[in-house]
Amino acid sequence: MSVEAREAREAREAREARVAVYRRQWSEPIDGPAWLRVLRAESMARFEAHGFPTQKNEDWHFTNPAPILEGAFGAMKPALGTLTAVDIAAFKLSESDWPTLVFVNGRYAPHLSRVDTLPSGVRVMNLASALHEEPTLLEHYLGRIASFEGQAFAFSSLNTALMKDGAFLHVARDTNVETPIQLVYVSDAGAEGGVSYPRNLFVVERNALVSVVEQYVTTDDARYFTDSVTEAVIGDGATLRHYRVQREGRRAFHVGHVETTQGRDSHYVSFSFAAGGLLSRTNVYTRLAGEGCGATLNGLYMIDGDQLCDHQTRIEHVAPNCYSREMYKGVLDGSSHGVFNGKVYVHPEAQKTDGKQTNNTLLLSDRARIDTKPQLEIFADDVKCTHGATVGQIDDRMAFYMKSRGVGAETARQLLTYAFAADVLETIELDELRESLEKGALERFTS
Amino acid sequence: MLKIKDLTATVGDKEILRGITLTVNAGEVHAIMGPNGSGKSTLAQVLAGHPGYAVTGGTVEYEGKDLLDMEPEERAHAGLFLAFQYPVEIPGVSNAYFLRTAYNEIRKARGAEEVDPMDFLDIMTEKLKMVEMDESMLQRSVNAGFSGGEKKRNEILQMAVLEPRLAILDETDSGLDIDALRVVADGVNKLRREDNATIVVTHYQRLLNYIVPDFVHVLAGGRIVKSGGKELAHELEAKGYDWLVEPAGVSA
Ligand SMILES: Nc1ncnc2c1ncn2[C@@H]1O[C@H](COP(=O)(O)OP(=O)(O)OP(=O)(O)O)[C@@H](O)[C@H]1O
Ligand SMILES: [Mg+2]
Repeated sequence: MSVEAREAREAREAREARVAVYRRQWSEPIDGPAWLRVLRAESMARFEAHGFPTQKNEDWHFTNPAPILEGAFGAMKPALGTLTAVDIAAFKLSESDWPTLVFVNGRYAPHLSRVDTLPSGVRVMNLASALHEEPTLLEHYLGRIASFEGQAFAFSSLNTALMKDGAFLHVARDTNVETPIQLVYVSDAGAEGGVSYPRNLFVVERNALVSVVEQYVTTDDARYFTDSVTEAVIGDGATLRHYRVQREGRRAFHVGHVETTQGRDSHYVSFSFAAGGLLSRTNVYTRLAGEGCGATLNGLYMIDGDQLCDHQTRIEHVAPNCYSREMYKGVLDGSSHGVFNGKVYVHPEAQKTDGKQTNNTLLLSDRARIDTKPQLEIFADDVKCTHGATVGQIDDRMAFYMKSRGVGAETARQLLTYAFAADVLETIELDELRESLEKGALERFTS
Repeated sequence: MLKIKDLTATVGDKEILRGITLTVNAGEVHAIMGPNGSGKSTLAQVLAGHPGYAVTGGTVEYEGKDLLDMEPEERAHAGLFLAFQYPVEIPGVSNAYFLRTAYNEIRKARGAEEVDPMDFLDIMTEKLKMVEMDESMLQRSVNAGFSGGEKKRNEILQMAVLEPRLAILDETDSGLDIDALRVVADGVNKLRREDNATIVVTHYQRLLNYIVPDFVHVLAGGRIVKSGGKELAHELEAKGYDWLVEPAGVSA
């Protein structure tokens, strides 16, 4: 056998071995409604057909997913059951009674959750319960919004095939939900070596308004993998404010896919904060499908050491007269690696689209690296779309101004780093979250 | 207090200061005037320690120490203050936080206790009144989105809080309406003491009606081409600079 043929065979075997790790977690679904069994089986088949992406795949060009696959994560063992309300309190953003669903190592923890304070018009429950209580809505939307086609979305297919639980949120039309809904996905020491598949579905009906905070956190330094998918439907005139906070452990892996579809005059406001994980990838996709709607996609990543943090966003302007605003900022220290890929597609019908995208990165070390790639594909002629990316160090003019007031060089550097991050955190409308993240950034940068 | 001797400085390979000699004693107010581009701001920035300018010759002694050997923040700790011609915007850092940090860093450097946020607020409230600034300005990011006049007022607020021994005001009067001008001048005058000094860089006689200088210097082509008393400012107002900057008139 030639060298090439042997190498090709070895590569194929390695690929198959990686898929086999996940195949072992799979069994032909026997319970649940027929549509769900079909959805799972199809997803598994799709995943097996394509396998995992490599860096040859355009959507994974800057991020090599191999370290996740080499982790050979197995099915999550049951949680140790030792986490208490006190442990969880550390992650809650508010002392008050926000409806909260807590999942430990991917499993719903009813004793740590609270859903007894739901305002009328709002339903919040774990997905497994929703299968019985809201079968029609689930059949209608689950797995119908997120993109799955092709190798790039292998992790979403895998989630759909193997999902066990997650959060379901339904907001009835004309309901203005004043209290935010909290979802806390926490991993403890029992997560070591395991993978979980959180799956969320938010249905926000016509003219309703709701804020959701989706957190991924840890109480331990375990090595585990979170593969999550969140789908959201935003009805005509409705608003979803969706805050995603990724603070996984420093040895953890995280791949999260968020996708929404927006009705006429609706608003999607998304903030993605990412500071955890050894390797993390977050997709935020939205489809502006109805006329006159708007999307705001902001985010902040702060990493150091050997961390890799990748964001991919896709704003798809389908209908005319819509706007999108996007601002992602990154603070990279150590030998960390940041990736930002912002796609904006403007369909031929989407005239009068108004889009603006920026990605600014602050490099605190000369070993840190950023790959930033704005990707605008515009097929309509009457549109206004701009994008800009900056990569830089601390602004010398600002540093000198501070020093001239007596502020020492190191303090000036720390304050300016904080300021860089705070600038995008200021866009978070949820006070409790903004203050918590600002405090975290201040502590991290001004020690 | 300040002794500048034969100071020369360049930016890139362009020589901007071409031998400045100037002595400022405690209790004095000096005005520096001169045409655009003559090097006034450069002199101010060099004194504050801006790293973009290279000092190529001469000496600067400040209270017996070699000023040029000090970091910008050390100069501030020693009581030097520069009100910038173009104050810098710092989005994300509130005015209050910035000022308290600066105040405390200076105190720390002088071996004094830091003040806590509540006590600092009392200090601020008093100084805000002095420069007639609204308290809401404290929560806003440093200079971010401030109008031209607000930025200048903010410089004076910082000066009032930090109480420098030597203040250099670089065109703090430019772009101010007459009320703001009086506020700024009052601020400077209230801070005037026997043991501190002020250098005022300006184009306009009108500021000098409020802040009366002991000496007026004309800076042209990187040199001080004429020095005199306060009446020199009136003369400049009437005659302009041409009679001074003509090659024949340059005698330095
Ligand atoms: N960073 C720089 N790079 C290049 N040239 C510079 C720089 N800073 C100053 N200069 C030049 O040096 C000269 C002196 O500038 P400076 O700002 O000191 O003048 P000025 O007397 O303050 O003028 P104005 O009255 O307009 O404020 C000008 O010709 C200016 O263009
Ligand atoms: Mg100037």
